[in-house]
Amino acid sequence: MATQAQQSTQAEVGQEAGHTAFPPFDASTFPSQLLWFAVIFGVMYYYLSKRFLPAVGGVIESRRGRIAKDIDEATAMQAKADAAVVEHEKALAKARADAQATAQAARDRIAAETDGKRKALEDQLNARLAEAEQRISANRVAAMGNVKAIAADATGAIVQRLIGRAPKAAEVAKAVDASAGA
Amino acid sequence: MADAGPAINPIEQFALARHLRIIVGNFDVSITTSTIFMALIAIVALWLMSMTAKGTPGVPGRLQSLGEMAYEFVEGMVRSSAGDEGMKFFPLVFTIFIFVTLANLIGFFPYSFTVTSHIIITAALALLVFFTVTIYGIWRHGLHFFKLFVPDGVPIYILPLVVAIEVFSYFVRPVSHSVRLFANMLAGHITLYVFGSFVAMLLGASAAVKLVAVLPFAMTIGLDALELLVVFLQAYVFAMLTCMYLNDALHPGH
Repeated sequence: MATQAQQSTQAEVGQEAGHTAFPPFDASTFPSQLLWFAVIFGVMYYYLSKRFLPAVGGVIESRRGRIAKDIDEATAMQAKADAAVVEHEKALAKARADAQATAQAARDRIAAETDGKRKALEDQLNARLAEAEQRISANRVAAMGNVKAIAADATGAIVQRLIGRAPKAAEVAKAVDASAGA
Repeated sequence: MADAGPAINPIEQFALARHLRIIVGNFDVSITTSTIFMALIAIVALWLMSMTAKGTPGVPGRLQSLGEMAYEFVEGMVRSSAGDEGMKFFPLVFTIFIFVTLANLIGFFPYSFTVTSHIIITAALALLVFFTVTIYGIWRHGLHFFKLFVPDGVPIYILPLVVAIEVFSYFVRPVSHSVRLFANMLAGHITLYVFGSFVAMLLGASAAVKLVAVLPFAMTIGLDALELLVVFLQAYVFAMLTCMYLNDALHPGH
């Protein structure tokens, strides 16, 4: 934009040519614009096409190549890692199965052993129990026999005191048996 | 702006001042404002791309990213519309694209000058494309190039009409190609100037009226945003059309 100061010192091309044309259509500026456009555009084209664009293209290309290579490498690594994970999980599953089998075997063995011991102990205890019961009933029979004899003696003695003569042993035994049965 | 009511002259921003008078024969080839801004465009473009070219294939810096973004953007545009074969014209399309983008963008700054607001520049660019397409097309395909004007599958009785339309549209291309960019830049800058001037005029008036200046100011902000879009859009459209025209030169058989 031309300022007032510029206008006073540097006359517009259009006004100088003797008419106040609309500046973009002022043909008197065309040769200058065309020439400098050709020169400047030509210089730009030369440097861009010969130097800078090939260089930039090369940089971009090598970056693309590098990224593609990196991605390929990363994909290969990923595949390796996946394979390792599968391998690891397989090993883990095998170890777990082994451990379970071992534990089960140990459990079974221990249970069998315990069962055997318990059975032996029970048998032993039952035998002792039976033996003790036999002894007790024998003792009870013996004790009951003794009680009858004592009762008969006591009965004989009591009757002798009461009536002054000793009863017959058979009668006394008969009486004791009758009262014990009652 | 003076209180006396300054004349709004949105045209003077397009005027060219001569900074160094050079006359060759009958031609006035002085160095003007346009020359200086074109040189600025070239300096910025070559600086950006030389800095980008120095880059390494590692992680790019900001400037390198910008240059590579431009490169890949234009590369994608050329490949998608003119095919891999079109890449031989990549430097041309890239130069056109960066020239137009920077011309539009630099012109967007206040008190600067928009090189592409002069039709002679956009016409030169459009004719460069037109002649590149025509000469390359004929050199490459010979008479087969003119198959461009004869679409397949058109009934014979309307073929002359279709060919006439095709030929006409082919020669109108440089006009529409150049006027589109030129008119967009011209109109955009005139609109911005007019609304900007309203703000200045209203602020120069009495206190009550000063408040009204908010309206054109808000409008100016909105227009600035729109114009920034137009700056890139028009550069993109210009380069895209260049690619499509080049595609005709490469593959004239539709």
